[in-house]
Amino acid sequence: MAIIERPGTETTPAVVTPQQTLGAVKRPVETKGWREWLFTVDHKKIGIMYGVVAMAFFIVGGVEALLIRLQLAAPNGHILSADKYNQMFTMHATTMIFLFAMPMAGAFANYFLPLQIGARDVAFPRINALSLWLLVVGGIVLNASWFLGGAADGGWFMYAPNSGPVFSPSHGVDFWVLGLQVAGIASLLGSINLIVTVLNMRAPGMSLMKMPVFTWMILVVQFLLVFSLPVITVALVLLMLQRSYGATFFDVSQGADPLLWQHLFWIFGHPEVYVLILPSFGIISEVLPTFSRKPLFGYPFVVFSGASIGLVGFGVWAHHMFASGLGPVSVAVFSIATMAIAIPTGVKIFNWLLTMWGGKLWYTTAMKFAIGLVILFTIGGLSGVTHSVAPSDTQQTDTYYIVAHFHYVLFGGMVFGLFSGFYYWWPKVFGKMLNEKLGSWNFWLMVIGMNMTFGPMHILGLQGQPRRMYIWTKARGGEGLFNFGFWNMVASIGSFILAIGVLFFLINVVKTARSGKTAPLDPWDARTLEWLTTSPPKPHNFDRIPVVHHLDEFFHRKYEEDSAANTMRKIADGEELVRAEEAAADANIHLPAPSYWPIVLATGVGILGLGIIYGVPIMVVGFAVVLFASFGWVLEPSVAEDIDFAPASNDGNTKEIAPLG
Amino acid sequence: MNATAEHQEHGMSDASYIKIAIILAAITGLEVSTYYVDFGPLFMPALLTMMIVKFVMVVSYFMHLKFDSKIFSFLFYTGLGLALFVYCTALATFKFFVS
Amino acid sequence: MAETATHTADHSTEHGHETSTGLTNNKLAMWLFLGSECLLFGGLISTYMLYRGRVSSGPHPSRIFDIPFTSVSSFVLLMSSLTMVLAVSSAQRGDDRRTNLWLTVTALLGATFIGGQVYEFTTFIREGLGFSTSLFGSSFYTLTGFHGVHVSVGVIMLLSTMGIIRKGKITGNKAEVVELIGLYWHFVDIVWIIIFTLVYLIPS
Repeated sequence: MAIIERPGTETTPAVVTPQQTLGAVKRPVETKGWREWLFTVDHKKIGIMYGVVAMAFFIVGGVEALLIRLQLAAPNGHILSADKYNQMFTMHATTMIFLFAMPMAGAFANYFLPLQIGARDVAFPRINALSLWLLVVGGIVLNASWFLGGAADGGWFMYAPNSGPVFSPSHGVDFWVLGLQVAGIASLLGSINLIVTVLNMRAPGMSLMKMPVFTWMILVVQFLLVFSLPVITVALVLLMLQRSYGATFFDVSQGADPLLWQHLFWIFGHPEVYVLILPSFGIISEVLPTFSRKPLFGYPFVVFSGASIGLVGFGVWAHHMFASGLGPVSVAVFSIATMAIAIPTGVKIFNWLLTMWGGKLWYTTAMKFAIGLVILFTIGGLSGVTHSVAPSDTQQTDTYYIVAHFHYVLFGGMVFGLFSGFYYWWPKVFGKMLNEKLGSWNFWLMVIGMNMTFGPMHILGLQGQPRRMYIWTKARGGEGLFNFGFWNMVASIGSFILAIGVLFFLINVVKTARSGKTAPLDPWDARTLEWLTTSPPKPHNFDRIPVVHHLDEFFHRKYEEDSAANTMRKIADGEELVRAEEAAADANIHLPAPSYWPIVLATGVGILGLGIIYGVPIMVVGFAVVLFASFGWVLEPSVAEDIDFAPASNDGNTKEIAPLG
Repeated sequence: MNATAEHQEHGMSDASYIKIAIILAAITGLEVSTYYVDFGPLFMPALLTMMIVKFVMVVSYFMHLKFDSKIFSFLFYTGLGLALFVYCTALATFKFFVS
Repeated sequence: MAETATHTADHSTEHGHETSTGLTNNKLAMWLFLGSECLLFGGLISTYMLYRGRVSSGPHPSRIFDIPFTSVSSFVLLMSSLTMVLAVSSAQRGDDRRTNLWLTVTALLGATFIGGQVYEFTTFIREGLGFSTSLFGSSFYTLTGFHGVHVSVGVIMLLSTMGIIRKGKITGNKAEVVELIGLYWHFVDIVWIIIFTLVYLIPS
């Protein structure tokens, strides 16, 4: 979008006519109301939309989880049938991983990565919009299955041959495959986009080792995605060809090796685990130093351990398959590799602890969630190490012990990191402070709920409750007070406390939007570049591209070293710095124009996918839309040559958003 | 971008591209000949070596990777290396390389 | 536009020297994509390697592969890499006429290869190797079919680029667009170099 300033007089020039594309379709002219969002290519708007979509799916996945817990709360649960239960846990996991966790990390990455490196947008703004809309289409396709004959029911890793046409005859798995395929394309495009952005669009002076840790972790995650998504794509293509076109890849009667699916899935699936957790590690690596009033302890160690987690993450996948009869050599090799990956993770934990050590801790809600992550993730990490020991893993495989483990790392780790990010960056994105009192309720209810829900699952697992059991009988519940039935009830009560905790967050959001307190420009005395602009940031992010001299550039503009007292002395506050930037604003700023094509192309891909289920005519329609949109995209002039944004001045001129040609 | 970088980006002359292509064609000829002539125990190593030589030549010269920024080489060979590592490991667990 | 850093987005791709690395966004993205594609084709090739000897019914690979025929079509694809690189070199010299000529030849060679593949597939099907016949059939058609789709997409891109260049409607740097398509095209060629050896020449 271009923003141009025009004098507030009668001589305002006529609206610029956008150049035609494809002879008929013009670039979007209307940039107000819903169109402003649908056709935007602004990384900040796209980031917010990612957040909204992810939060919506978080609620969907959460309701699915509550239904599961209701079913298991008491003996002979009758909330769900066996079939519905299978669909429920499959879709709960799929939704939480692919439609909540990844998009929510994408929301943070989209919004803050360009701001943290001092850029005005991402490298490919239209592709960025395309990623968002593909994700939405993928999510719709996945969830449409609920209304079109039942959802996928094979568990989130969809092992063959159970996922084949014989054992999963409904279209559920087909929708699952297509939805993930589309969401996968979205992630692949997004990851290429963000890597190019980080490599190419850093502000002058920002070397790689001066980048904020959040940006670093996002960079590592995008590399993991670029190199792991094609593997799941292969797996999904094989499964799709088997289900829809009669291929034999996982057909044991033809001599197939179903383990092929497991390998392909986990070669993707294990890097995916780090894709989920590293963004949260990045977030708390920003939050902990800020609220400890100290620089991050051992920045290079945090960065390199993040990178090595990423690299080693490609060499441990088979520890998900210890129970499948891989053979002793493979098991030993993967077991050792898995233990090794605990080292860089441990390094990070110690870096965070030493960051807080001796700091003046400020217990805001963001800080509480960050500390919560450190503790809860460590618990989950320790039970993870027990899985790396193959004999113990063999006993734990497919029990609730596994469920307990990954919920501690994913909920206690990832989700707490994301919530820490909400409270930390909310004032930046919306210019208002989230309520700290409600935040405190939000935090403590989530801590209590989460430990009540997932803590007992360790015990349940060791007592032998299978991971995907849909019902248990009174006889199975056992005797004595602390029996199987008791812990199931505790877990179910905990899940509702957890849900109430999340509800407090939503209430907080609504309350803040209605009557929240306006945020100061630098409410947390923060350290990184995203705070060197207004809240919310202007469409062009920075009035002047900052020149970077330090790691934690914003902090070093506010403070200088007082060598006599060996402390940092404040020389400016954030407010002054932002005003100074505004005064020295750049004269001409080009921003990319909005575009129709991303959303059209994404829709086309969705129709094309449905064609695989519903037949060739629909496929042809989808293909036509894709082709039309591709040519529209290519022929669309990406940037106008002559429309600039002139920065705000104080002489009463009005700013106006105008389309680009 | 300085003058030498500019020059490098343009790669080689058309004549040397044709030379490379002739070499590639010759190797392909040799590869096909293994189908007709018995190379004995050398068969497999020879065939794989020729495949790798062709691969590297196209990547280095036709795709300019030899003359271009090292970042491109890093990105491409990281992908290639990971692919070799994960898939060879997976095939090894299927006892593919035994027998 | 005095400050170089004020450029954003697609625009900066025309001015690679203004980016942090000095490389253009487009080319960086293309190489990343190709790095990613290594794992895609790696997976398909591995699937084929695992399953190539598993013929529960239908013909065995050694019985139906026609090495002389496939050698010729491999040669055609290899030579299309030469014509592609000549197109890139013409485009960098700013020679539109030759660029168009070499792009046309490349597209024709690509189309010939696809034609050969269609012929090969129909022959195989006639000889009893269906998509569902055996693990070998499924994995063979999937691997070579995926490659064929990549070649076809390449041909479409070549033809579109020619049309766009001819109409003078290209946005961005013309030589770079041709170079990027060239990178994609060569990649498709090196995948075939591997397939030709591993699938056709090494007997299972």
